[in-house]
Amino acid sequence: MTSVLVFALAGVGLIVLGFYALLVQRHLLRKVLAFNVISSGIFLLLAGLARRAPGAEPDPVPQAMVLTGIVVAVAATALALAMIQALRAATGRTWLGDDGDEE
Amino acid sequence: MLISLSAFFLVAGAVFFLAGTLGLLRFPDVYTRLHALTKADNLGLGLMVLGLMLQAESLAAAGKLLFIWLLLLAASATAGQLVASWAQGKGIAPWRR
Amino acid sequence: MASLNLLPLAIDLVLALTLLWLAWRALSSPDLFRAVVLFIALGLVLGLVWVRLDAVDIALAEIALGAGVTGALLLAALAKLQSAEAETADASTEQEGDWQGCSQALAEPDAKSKPTLTASATMDATGSAMPIALRILLALLLLVPLAGLGWVVWQLWLPAPGLTDLVAARLEASGVAHPVTAVLLNFRGYDTLLELAVLLLALLGVWSLSSAPHLGDEEQEPALAALSRLLAPLMILVAAYLVWVGAHAPGGAFQAGSVLGAAGVLLRLSGWRVPPRATGWPLRLVLVLGVVVFACMGLVVMAFGQPLLGYPPGWAKPALLAIELAATLSIGAILAALFIGGRP
Repeated sequence: MTSVLVFALAGVGLIVLGFYALLVQRHLLRKVLAFNVISSGIFLLLAGLARRAPGAEPDPVPQAMVLTGIVVAVAATALALAMIQALRAATGRTWLGDDGDEE
Repeated sequence: MLISLSAFFLVAGAVFFLAGTLGLLRFPDVYTRLHALTKADNLGLGLMVLGLMLQAESLAAAGKLLFIWLLLLAASATAGQLVASWAQGKGIAPWRR
Repeated sequence: MASLNLLPLAIDLVLALTLLWLAWRALSSPDLFRAVVLFIALGLVLGLVWVRLDAVDIALAEIALGAGVTGALLLAALAKLQSAEAETADASTEQEGDWQGCSQALAEPDAKSKPTLTASATMDATGSAMPIALRILLALLLLVPLAGLGWVVWQLWLPAPGLTDLVAARLEASGVAHPVTAVLLNFRGYDTLLELAVLLLALLGVWSLSSAPHLGDEEQEPALAALSRLLAPLMILVAAYLVWVGAHAPGGAFQAGSVLGAAGVLLRLSGWRVPPRATGWPLRLVLVLGVVVFACMGLVVMAFGQPLLGYPPGWAKPALLAIELAATLSIGAILAALFIGGRP
């Protein structure tokens, strides 16, 4: 029981950590990493809370939702990486914004 | 008897893993680190698999465990070869005392 | 007795702390390659956590997709970005091949001289555009959601019934004996159908962003080629096993599909190409097969007076098996195509 609480709280930690990096980091690849850490944290929180149900078997519905979420996260990551490469090819930059960074 | 034999193999495997990790952290260059990883960890996993096979419920489960070890041997040998040949192509000289 | 109960908790605490530490290192490492490798390690540890939570299905998917396929995608993207950077920064700088760029930092974990990485590394070390005061303020502000979420988790800590009993009661009619597979393909079939569509859409997005991937004749590594000759047929076998076992134990279309996709990635890395006559409509057929079969099954049952995706009793098992086989093929093909990138 308590172990599950530990993992749910670790999930909360991952969400906040990823959110901080998402805002602070400028390189888009790092933002993709941060986004993936956030999603891992959310999955952990969701499945951890689902494990509160009594019994040996965990609740299958949140498990199926997390499985779906993992696949969607991979798809989103692939699309984001392709967009970063397209941005790199078009502008030579790997970050967003036009705050006077261009020479 | 079987349980204590299994426990012995598991602990021995853990010791090899520890040695391999220590080597990875402490060895001076790519080649020696690869040596630590591919040798000690493969043997460590082999011992652990052996320990777990003794506790397996069925012959099929034991066979699957053995299979996992063989697959890992192939994968780690290839990965080690790839990293080493890359390092060699890069001109990194092996460490000498 | 008490110490025996404390041991699992201690292991779980170590796992959770490792998770947070790896996440922090992955997100703050100045070297991008190291960040990606730490992220892959995070995925592997997360797989262990899922096993500790008795969620073997998620563990399989996390290792194969979260760590494996995402890691391969990240490394490939990084190698392309850095080789482009090296070209523009200095024409005489050595160029990096696909996986060679990836293995660079593995060979040099110490911060020794890294000529090809300097261009990106210097920018990343100062990567954040934010002044330090603002970052501290942000960190302090983020303590609020941290404390809030943590408090909510703590408060919710009562045994809750969940949907386990509901699923168990209807498991017999679902056509499969494994509850997670039953939820995925039958009870929450909408989710899975739309998820397959999302995968397909992502591939369409990737294809529309980049032209045909450049399929040069890279120098072949004999060891890698030998491994892929050994593993590719084996991975197909494992994928088939996972689909079959998914009916009554952890496994199923997504795990099997990601194994197939990984086989595609391995073949691509060892120099194998899809034969040109198969890249036209045959490839596209395989890519859409999962969505098409799933949607058709969902619609056909309506002719028999069932709701959309509601399988008539007795027909659920063959219907789910057909959907799973089609979905596995499509997921594998889509994942491999996402890795290769660009429309063939």
